[in-house]
Amino acid sequence: MTRSTRDRWLGYAGRLLVALILLFVLLPTVVVVISSFSSTSVLFFPPKGWSLRWFERAVSYDDFRSGFYSGLIVTAWASTLAVFIGTTLAIVIHRYTFRFKAVLEGILLSPLFIPHFTIGLGLLMLVAQLNLGRGYALVIFCHVVLVLPFVLRSLYVSLQNLGQRVEMAAASLGASPLRVVWTITVPLMLPGLFGGWLFAAILSFNEFTASLFITTQRTQTLPVAMYNYVREFADPTLAALSVIYIVITATLLTLANRFLGLGRILNVDAPR
Amino acid sequence: MTRRPAFVGWFLLPAILTALGLTIAMLTVLQYSVRAYIPGSLDVGGFTLDNFQDLMKGLYARAFLNTVWLSFKTALFGLMLSYPLAYTLVRTRTAWLKSCILIIAITPLFLGEVVRTYSWIIVLGNSGFLNSLLLAIGLIDKPLQLMFTNTGVVLALVHVTMPIMVLMLATGLSHIDIAYEKAATSLGASPFRAFLTITLPLSLPGVVASVTTAFAWTFSAFATPQLIGGGRVSTVATLVYQLGFSSLNFPFAAALSMAGLAMTVVLLAALKRMTRPLQNVGIH
Repeated sequence: MTRSTRDRWLGYAGRLLVALILLFVLLPTVVVVISSFSSTSVLFFPPKGWSLRWFERAVSYDDFRSGFYSGLIVTAWASTLAVFIGTTLAIVIHRYTFRFKAVLEGILLSPLFIPHFTIGLGLLMLVAQLNLGRGYALVIFCHVVLVLPFVLRSLYVSLQNLGQRVEMAAASLGASPLRVVWTITVPLMLPGLFGGWLFAAILSFNEFTASLFITTQRTQTLPVAMYNYVREFADPTLAALSVIYIVITATLLTLANRFLGLGRILNVDAPR
Repeated sequence: MTRRPAFVGWFLLPAILTALGLTIAMLTVLQYSVRAYIPGSLDVGGFTLDNFQDLMKGLYARAFLNTVWLSFKTALFGLMLSYPLAYTLVRTRTAWLKSCILIIAITPLFLGEVVRTYSWIIVLGNSGFLNSLLLAIGLIDKPLQLMFTNTGVVLALVHVTMPIMVLMLATGLSHIDIAYEKAATSLGASPFRAFLTITLPLSLPGVVASVTTAFAWTFSAFATPQLIGGGRVSTVATLVYQLGFSSLNFPFAAALSMAGLAMTVVLLAALKRMTRPLQNVGIH
């Protein structure tokens, strides 16, 4: 075999490999979609008949409805607070040095490697010891802690891309440092802020392990309600709910890809 | 560095309060882990080291080793499947293929552990998709037992960790200057050889980062080992939950968490140290 034919075959093999891996990634999604339309409550493959009853049950089941609303409350607060805390911190960290800078940053990034169940357990025991109730505030604080590292990462990237020239121009024209931040830095960071907020919101809405430890019947978020459902029932209601989930997420991501360029947000585009 | 204006303190306040809350919560775990357990009560007794001694018992030691082994396999197989995807994602010039990989490989990242684990239950069950398919084409004559096994758990965990691995590998690969590869091919190296001798070594920092993350994620995964393992696959996470919520033995759950955290830190530090020579490869 000449070298060019060998390279061509290697290319084909590579493409086949990539196709097979994509198939593996897609497989569970495809199976969930098929089962969600099944008419029987016990799953068979291929399903014995088709119906939409599981979709009706998924959107009318009480725990899912309340879980959805709790989830929205927690997500809205947690991602907004995380972006606020992250922005103020990122601006200061990016421009100034102060004592214990590395310690502060290290603590706030530590949830990347501290298991979620440890953080959930710690907060649970803390409120038990202080005799505080397990309300929304606890869940929101927990989610802020968990999503903050991701928010910080996306904010650092957008600060880095900002450059200091416009800020220096404003300062040289006599603007005070706070005014520079408020009228130059923050407006220029807006795309990054939005990206960070969206990222935080999606992560918070889907957070499960820590939420399982610290939520109660009243504050349980959707993933916790779904987990409790799988443990009790085996019917395809959850498959229907998963399909709704997948469709919404894929739509959001496709829109983000079209309008914002997902590759750029996620920082995987090759430099041109 | 410029002089610090007055607003810096105010800007730091929210972050400091958050860090303080997290630190106190972690200190609470530490404090509970050295307290005695009073059966049937949520209050804890005096200071003791018994909890850590109990960790040496067979059941818990086995769960520890099992968790490490699961994490290792997940990271290894995850890397083997994620690397080709990440490479194609960064290097392909076909726009639709790029979008396709981005959407298919990254979407699961935003689906959460419960949805993804549930879909694997339907795939792996005894009358699930995989067994029905294999039975129908006659490859097997009785269903394979995949649920409640380590194999099933690893399969699902690989799927759960793949998106973040692809993402981190792609980030690493996208920062490699393609000119190196072009130089190698223009000097007569085949594309395959150029990949093996240029791109692969340069991408090692990304490999290390993604393996580390996969390891940490698997270690803290709860829904997957709990639902797919069905109580027959013990990991640190499932044991901590059982101890806390079934036995209400919070001191021991805290001790187990602390040991788990200590091990994560040690393993990650060791991984970083072992691969330090590689960290400098990518810098140019």
